[in-house]
Amino acid sequence: MTSAPLTLFEKVWRRHEVVPETAATPAVLYIDLHLIHEVTSPQAFSVLRERRLPVRRLDLTLGTMDHSTPTRTEQIFGGAPIAVDSAAKQVRELEVNCAAFGVELLGLRNEQRGIVHVIGPELGITQPGKTVVCGDSHTSTHGALGALAFGIGTTEVGHVLATQCLLQRKPKTLAINVSGKLGPGVGAKDLILAIIGQIGVSGGTGHVIEFRGPTIEALDLDERMTVCNMSIEAGARAGMIAPDETTYAYLAGRPRAPQGAAWEKAVAEWRTLPTDPGAHFDKQIDVDASEIEPMITYGTNPGMVIPISGSLPERRGDAMFEKSLAYMGLTAGKPIKDHPIDVVFVGSCTNSRLSDLRSAAGVLKGRRIAKGVQMLVVPGSQQIKKAAEAEGLHRIFLEAGAEWRESGCSMCLGMNGDLVAKGHYSVSTSNRNFEGRQGIGARTLLASPATAAACAVRGRVTDPRELLS
Amino acid sequence: MTRLSALRSRTAVLPATNIDTDQIIPARFLTTTTREGLGKHLFSEWRYDAQGALRPDFALNKPEAQGCRILVAGRNFGCGSSREHAPWALLDCGFQAVISTEIADIFRNNSLKNGLLPIIVDEDTSRWLIANPGAELSIDVAASTLTLPNGTVARFPLEAFARYCLLNGVDELGFLLERMPLIESYESRVANR
Repeated sequence: MTSAPLTLFEKVWRRHEVVPETAATPAVLYIDLHLIHEVTSPQAFSVLRERRLPVRRLDLTLGTMDHSTPTRTEQIFGGAPIAVDSAAKQVRELEVNCAAFGVELLGLRNEQRGIVHVIGPELGITQPGKTVVCGDSHTSTHGALGALAFGIGTTEVGHVLATQCLLQRKPKTLAINVSGKLGPGVGAKDLILAIIGQIGVSGGTGHVIEFRGPTIEALDLDERMTVCNMSIEAGARAGMIAPDETTYAYLAGRPRAPQGAAWEKAVAEWRTLPTDPGAHFDKQIDVDASEIEPMITYGTNPGMVIPISGSLPERRGDAMFEKSLAYMGLTAGKPIKDHPIDVVFVGSCTNSRLSDLRSAAGVLKGRRIAKGVQMLVVPGSQQIKKAAEAEGLHRIFLEAGAEWRESGCSMCLGMNGDLVAKGHYSVSTSNRNFEGRQGIGARTLLASPATAAACAVRGRVTDPRELLS
Repeated sequence: MTRLSALRSRTAVLPATNIDTDQIIPARFLTTTTREGLGKHLFSEWRYDAQGALRPDFALNKPEAQGCRILVAGRNFGCGSSREHAPWALLDCGFQAVISTEIADIFRNNSLKNGLLPIIVDEDTSRWLIANPGAELSIDVAASTLTLPNGTVARFPLEAFARYCLLNGVDELGFLLERMPLIESYESRVANR
């Protein structure tokens, strides 16, 4: 019997339908991995308490701390109190909740702790074909391994804790076909920023994106995660990339990946996941990667992005555009290059993995950051921190004058003590340049780790290709 | 969940497009461990000046916006983070419906789970609503219609199950728990694969 060709998304979706959707009711979708953190879980545990419900599948639930968790070593290991009181309370509440319900927690001093979207793949617990959810929109990151992974709200966190299921309407599919070789100094971050610039911040709403094509196949897993991570910045429910040999090589031997005979069985199953030839997507978009330059945002959403050698768009009588530029203190029609900057942040679930740190260190090696610039380098996990230190990357950052921190979300969002001051310009490898995201009045320019490091060296917006030999 | 079947109210209008959840409630207020009392932080950066005083020129601070239960906003409302604190803050300030031409997926889901009605309208209706703040609208959840002051009726999409839950105050967790035998049989099917 031959069946109709299916997309990667449809295969994963179908395998997780406890009850398929009907006109009257959404599907009951089974969840294979539920990641929780301190910010979006407390009210969900309260619901379990009120209704006297246990966590249904402790073996499919894993907690960590990242969002409001400090990154200063003394506050993690040195006995200094967590500087933000409410954050300290939230961290303690997660410890109490996990202990009370029996949920495994990679807590404050655990050597496997890190940003929730970094540790899932790193531990090998994020796997192809799984459904993965977390109370965080950047859960889309896990789609880089061929999982169906999406962010949920706190009410849904409660649903998954109690039933391991969610009620979901099936999203539509969008194929983004990428061909052409990325140029030197141009990376995955530039690619996804260019894609968001092309389709807009709501271009993916209601859809699951599958990133496809030779350019995507050539990316390593760290780069694929950067791409899938920012799917949500195009409004998409999730981003996915078909698993392939690169994926299996990445997962092999990781602590929570299947081992031995179970590994062989799992890989055989994963090989059935990629989209069948001729499968239908609701929408398709083609992107030529060879034309992409290092990209940088100039406005207050990630779709307001230009090539670093380019100029801001001309004034166009659009009130939002004017408001955004007024907030940013930038002028329509003017080049962005050489604009002075104050802060550089290398980190976040978008760009805090080992290859990101190597990329920033490659630019910084033998150089110092410009006078008056503050640079923060925050590894995505304690494991990455250890690996980076083993190859001496931390010395390059410290000798350049940057700060080297413990893992966490840090300056990506102003809730853990790491803040950008009002009016200051921050070149950040994170994912959102919204007003106030990095602190009240902070002005964020999103870019790749190489671009961020180049900007730190010059103290101005700088094309990283000028510093790469 | 509280029931919502009909709503009649004047509108408050924020014409900005792409109002993200960091604008609706900034991250520094998310270190709370409860759902209550978030309304005071709603649109914090736009609503208060550096000294914490209300900015008189912000639309929601104007006398005529007080008591409005319907918020009209520009395209792509609620984009960004998955924080459910955004609908909690809106509800805490008395809003029961949000109208835009596009509403971000996670925000829409979170809103429906809390009885905040996300309403998508066409460009023409949106233009009229943005140009006429304070317009008195009637919303009928069962019919999924919005009636403008001149009697024009606009239908809006509302997924059947979401409508059922709003009308009957059904809580989805209860619905899922009732399906536990099906969940268990799925688990044993998968275990034996």
